[in-house]
Amino acid sequence: MIPELGHFALILALFVAIIQAIMPIAGAARGHLAWIGMARPLARAQFGLLLLSFAALTWAFIQSDFSVAYVANNSNSALPWYYRVSAVWGAHEGSLVFWMLMMSGWGFAVTLFSRSLPEQFLARVIGVMGFISAGFLLFILLTSNPFDRLVPAALEGRDLNPLLQDVGLILHPPLLYMGYVGFSVAFSFAVAALLGGHLDAAWARWSRPWTTVAWLFLTLGNVLGSWWAYYELGWGGWWFWDPVENSSFMPWLVGTALIHSLAVTEKRAAFKSWTVLLAILTFSLSLLGTFLVRSGVLVSVHAFANDPARGVFILTFLGVVVGASLLIYAWRAPNIKGGGRFDLLSRETLLLLNNIILVVATATVLLGTLTPLLLDALKLGKISVGPPYYNFMFPLVMIPLVVLMGIGPLTRWGSASVGELAQRLRYTIIIAVIGGVAITWLLFGKASVMVIIGSVLALWVILTSLQSLWRRLRQRDGAIAALSAVPAAFYGMTLAHIGVGVLIIGVTYTSAFSSEKDLRMVPGQSHELGGYSFRFASIEKITGPNYTAQRAQVEVTNSSGEQVAILTPEKRIYRVQTSPMTEAAIDGGLFRDLYVALSEPLGGDAWAVRLYHKPFLRWIWLGALMMAFGGLLAASDRRYRIDVKQKRTHAEPINDPALAAQQ
Amino acid sequence: MGRFGLLFLCGLMFSTAFAQPLVTFDNVEYEARFKALTEELRCLVCQNQSVAESNADLAKDIRNQVADMIRQGDSDEAVIDYLVARYGDFVLYRPPLKKQTLILWFGPGLLLVFGLVITVVLIKRRNRAPSISVPPSAMDRVETLLGGEENDQGIES
Repeated sequence: MIPELGHFALILALFVAIIQAIMPIAGAARGHLAWIGMARPLARAQFGLLLLSFAALTWAFIQSDFSVAYVANNSNSALPWYYRVSAVWGAHEGSLVFWMLMMSGWGFAVTLFSRSLPEQFLARVIGVMGFISAGFLLFILLTSNPFDRLVPAALEGRDLNPLLQDVGLILHPPLLYMGYVGFSVAFSFAVAALLGGHLDAAWARWSRPWTTVAWLFLTLGNVLGSWWAYYELGWGGWWFWDPVENSSFMPWLVGTALIHSLAVTEKRAAFKSWTVLLAILTFSLSLLGTFLVRSGVLVSVHAFANDPARGVFILTFLGVVVGASLLIYAWRAPNIKGGGRFDLLSRETLLLLNNIILVVATATVLLGTLTPLLLDALKLGKISVGPPYYNFMFPLVMIPLVVLMGIGPLTRWGSASVGELAQRLRYTIIIAVIGGVAITWLLFGKASVMVIIGSVLALWVILTSLQSLWRRLRQRDGAIAALSAVPAAFYGMTLAHIGVGVLIIGVTYTSAFSSEKDLRMVPGQSHELGGYSFRFASIEKITGPNYTAQRAQVEVTNSSGEQVAILTPEKRIYRVQTSPMTEAAIDGGLFRDLYVALSEPLGGDAWAVRLYHKPFLRWIWLGALMMAFGGLLAASDRRYRIDVKQKRTHAEPINDPALAAQQ
Repeated sequence: MGRFGLLFLCGLMFSTAFAQPLVTFDNVEYEARFKALTEELRCLVCQNQSVAESNADLAKDIRNQVADMIRQGDSDEAVIDYLVARYGDFVLYRPPLKKQTLILWFGPGLLLVFGLVITVVLIKRRNRAPSISVPPSAMDRVETLLGGEENDQGIES
């Protein structure tokens, strides 16, 4: 009964979404007040229905209702309750419902936090979101219904994929989807502005906090994905350039370009058409990522060709969304009025370069992800594009970006002079170069060209960020007055940029100075690695709630013989899906990670064991977290809220975005 | 099973207190080459794992094969040629430069150059317009009258 209720709620949600896609937009076009007024209630009803549907599915999982096919395929009565809940989004059907829940949640949030928006504009935003929701709901109901019954019911479930039975996977998809779907808000704002024919600084200001929040969720989602892959896959890597990872990395890269471009549009009223295009591109790449992950095309082009229903639907939908938005763009963009002028050397130009480089980086990832699929589909041969390709191309693209990143914030808007920039930056350059070389030398006693480049760039970004903050602070007397005069957004930018520096340090040092060893170990044996001694003390059999495992004890001592950690890596066999799973054991630290994984038994008490020593690994995630936190600071800036208060006292029932901008 | 024999010998020669690597080499250079090579090879039966990472039997076979060839003094190219002849380009994580992969290796660079040229041209064209010694205020009036047409074609407008 309850699964049927959930199914029914989904169907209702589809109808609500269809009305939501038509009425508010038609109302905005005709100035029909009642139709415009439908936007908020419809978006809220949409959220309520999806909440109901999601709750019903969760209930089926908690109750282990194996008469529901999706539950039977992805859960088991022995599964702990928290994994039963996360199993809801553990596979295709449920993750789509989850995606839709997020989507309607964003819509609900827009109705709550947009009192300052002209009603007409809001109606268009909600309408565009309704259109996207309708597409996805149709997809779920036609090809991926999670409430399909199994007759007769299964006695026991096939269990959740053991790889996903993990805290990282409880949190990773929600954050990632929040980011993916969040960009639908930026997209909807852009299309709504195009429909209304008014792209201006006001539009940029409205969509900025939404875009930043979506970006920060996507950042966190990617960090969690990287962290999960690191400890769960057992190969000690933190980024694999896997097509699935690329699918969430591409929207992040373009999204990063978008938040920078929006800044220019808000502050200087420039790059309007370009910003709109980026907003469309960002969400399109989110949809493309969904297609790649959800259609099965990544696993095998041929599997996709054999059962193409899902893939064809998403691809068609992707085509409709991209095609329609580009058509609207082509129709409206010629009317977009130009912004302020700027010289070839100006902060505007540097931010434009930032955008170009980020788009090129995205294109690199896109080519690397799609070329093998296309060649295979066209029968032109099977190739693999893996880490060697990206590790070669990516630094080439990103190094100029990082150099510019230091210069940009210290460059004047409109027009800058080389002389002034050189004067501002000459000491910073010298300190970054000397400091970068010195630090590597002191820490590791050796350095390759790439390590020196990495260290210098990291120092460069951190120093210039602090320098531009210092310039802002100096404008006021008194520490407190100065500190509080700087807007939160500026602190956010500074923190995020320093985060990039921290991340570069992590990537450079981990890549260059990690050591690893594949060993055959029997209890009692030890091995030296990275200045630590790893002693394989014992191996024993243990039993978990739904698995049995071999668990080793590895004692780690440092060079002076003190014990640093006891690591207990496991090799698990889950009862239902009997493939062996590696549970790595990690002793993490700010300056080094010690990582032990059991590969396989070699007979008797002997095991193939992998030892890793990874210096500065945590800096990668620390840097990314700083970027996300910087995004949070930026989104919380006062000016977005002040606007709300001022506008509310003005009380504008129906207004034109252009008029609102002039206030 | 020569490998295990070798391991056994090593075990006798050294104290048993120290663990032995799964794959052993006489010199450090061989070991580094082995590591670099296996990391760039794809385990063909895995989802997306390198030969260095995978525990699959095929990956083990390839590891042994690569190790043997390195020990016999074969060059990296010889190892790669051998594996490509056997498994095709699919085994290489670094796609070879071919007609089909030109876009992969040169696409990003071309796009970058294209983007830079467009940017410079557009900024220059846009800035040239008002520099025909018309006072800015008059320009603004003209622009208002024309509905800002002159800026229509710029990506930055």
